[in-house]
Amino acid sequence: MSEPRWVRAILMTGALLFLGIFLLLPLIVVFSEAFKKGVEVYFESIREPDAVAAIWLTLIAAGIAVPLNLVFGVVAAWAIAKFQFPGKSFLITLIDLPFSVSPVISGLVYVLLFGLQGWLGPWLAEHDIKIIFAVPGIVLATVFVTFPFVARELIPLMQAQGSEEEVAARTLGAGGWQTFWRVTLPNIKWGLLYGVILCNARAMGEFGAVSVVSGHIRGATNTIPLHAEILYNEYNSAAAFAMASLLTILTLVTIALKAAIDWKSQVEAREVGENRERALAEA
Amino acid sequence: MTRAFRRHSILPGFGLAIGLTVFYLSLIVLIPLSAAFLKTFTMGWADFWETVTGARALASYRLSLGASLIAASLNSVLGLLAAWVLVRYEFPGKRIIDALVDLPFALPTAVAGITLTAMFAPNGWVGSWLEPLGIKVAFTSLGVVVALTFIGLPFVVRTVQPVLQELDPEMEEAAATLGANRWQSLKRVVFPELMPALLTGFALAFARAVGEYGSVIFISGNMPMKTEITPLLIVTKLSQYDYAGATALAVATLAMSFVLLLFINLLQWWSRTRYA
Repeated sequence: MSEPRWVRAILMTGALLFLGIFLLLPLIVVFSEAFKKGVEVYFESIREPDAVAAIWLTLIAAGIAVPLNLVFGVVAAWAIAKFQFPGKSFLITLIDLPFSVSPVISGLVYVLLFGLQGWLGPWLAEHDIKIIFAVPGIVLATVFVTFPFVARELIPLMQAQGSEEEVAARTLGAGGWQTFWRVTLPNIKWGLLYGVILCNARAMGEFGAVSVVSGHIRGATNTIPLHAEILYNEYNSAAAFAMASLLTILTLVTIALKAAIDWKSQVEAREVGENRERALAEA
Repeated sequence: MTRAFRRHSILPGFGLAIGLTVFYLSLIVLIPLSAAFLKTFTMGWADFWETVTGARALASYRLSLGASLIAASLNSVLGLLAAWVLVRYEFPGKRIIDALVDLPFALPTAVAGITLTAMFAPNGWVGSWLEPLGIKVAFTSLGVVVALTFIGLPFVVRTVQPVLQELDPEMEEAAATLGANRWQSLKRVVFPELMPALLTGFALAFARAVGEYGSVIFISGNMPMKTEITPLLIVTKLSQYDYAGATALAVATLAMSFVLLLFINLLQWWSRTRYA
């Protein structure tokens, strides 16, 4: 039961043409543009001081945002999935909020709060604390846009798993932390990893939100995407695409890890199922 | 309610977990967002209204909403096609293509922006094919549609794919046994099952497209009144230190996003109750 051969051929060609132009071709273009002026220019553009500073800033922003949102995600999922309380779905909607807000607005809210004309601006200026057009603003904007990633991955997963195993562990005398580390964490590890790598990809690649709070100071407040933008606007295409190629490699690693986790968790779920069946058969 | 609470209360840490969640959520998201809303209250209704209904603002909504609508529609048709081919047919390299569907979601928007511009510029890999046909993509509103179609691609595919996988081919076989031709069985059996997922995918792609910034600003050319999207207009106002104006536009956009989010939740609720 399927379509006639010629219909299948048309559908396949259409789909593969669409996916080829939008998924494969961009990857080829990034690397061919990056190496257009040769390998030497490529490595030179990555090693120059402003590029190195941008790479460092990107690592710092992600290095703060990812662990914070990881801890938050686990804590929020624990509260939401393991307990009943009123207003739960409203809380989930609020957690998802940063996903439905334009990145530009995510940056803007911090400018309004901490900028010179913002609510806390005068006080910050008095105490000589810089948040906007400085590193703290970039970190804050990154934390905001990556806020829901881990939580949204874990909440449905932990809700589906229920609390029977944790209750059993507690009944058998395990402590709260012990229950979490020995029972909950092994059950959610793949979902957790999934959330973390997606969170990290977004943290390192965020453009709109950090662009608003950064001030674009070369060598000081530029992340990799912002540095690529500046180079591109200066018609230094090869260097811009060299920066872009770093992020593209990160993206490819992210996608490969995601596919590997999918595969691994499926294999594990099958093994657990088989073991359970065997145990039942033996009993 | 209390009974359910008591049943779970053998597990520890509710107070701490909910307290931390609400505290961190307020600190990072809720307080900054309310600061934005409070800012608009300081500017007065007349000023606010003038800003959000200015000619340049209206032109930017038209482009942002129009291009997002076209892109989400394109994604619904092409995404359904892609999901269908990925689930139902076998071909070499299928697993790699399937994994790559997440590319627009994981690729930084600025990278997408400069890459699509390079591809669709008149001398680019795709642009040089379209140029003789008289089709200009880069630096026109068509370019905005292309960028938004790119970033919305995973949403429809990834919402439709699991439903299509779960769909039992026996239902289609049964329809065929009862005398339905292929088109009838698709129309009567397959599409009704896919419809909720397709709608959700459409809404998600649309919502993402309305606020999109990075992938659009390189390919659009950013001409005021013509190819200027709303998020860019916000950034322009900010760079001129017109905080109040930027905030007014942001609040208008937030209101639109909020309505969209509500609509998405309604859709999901509707599809769940209908097909549970």
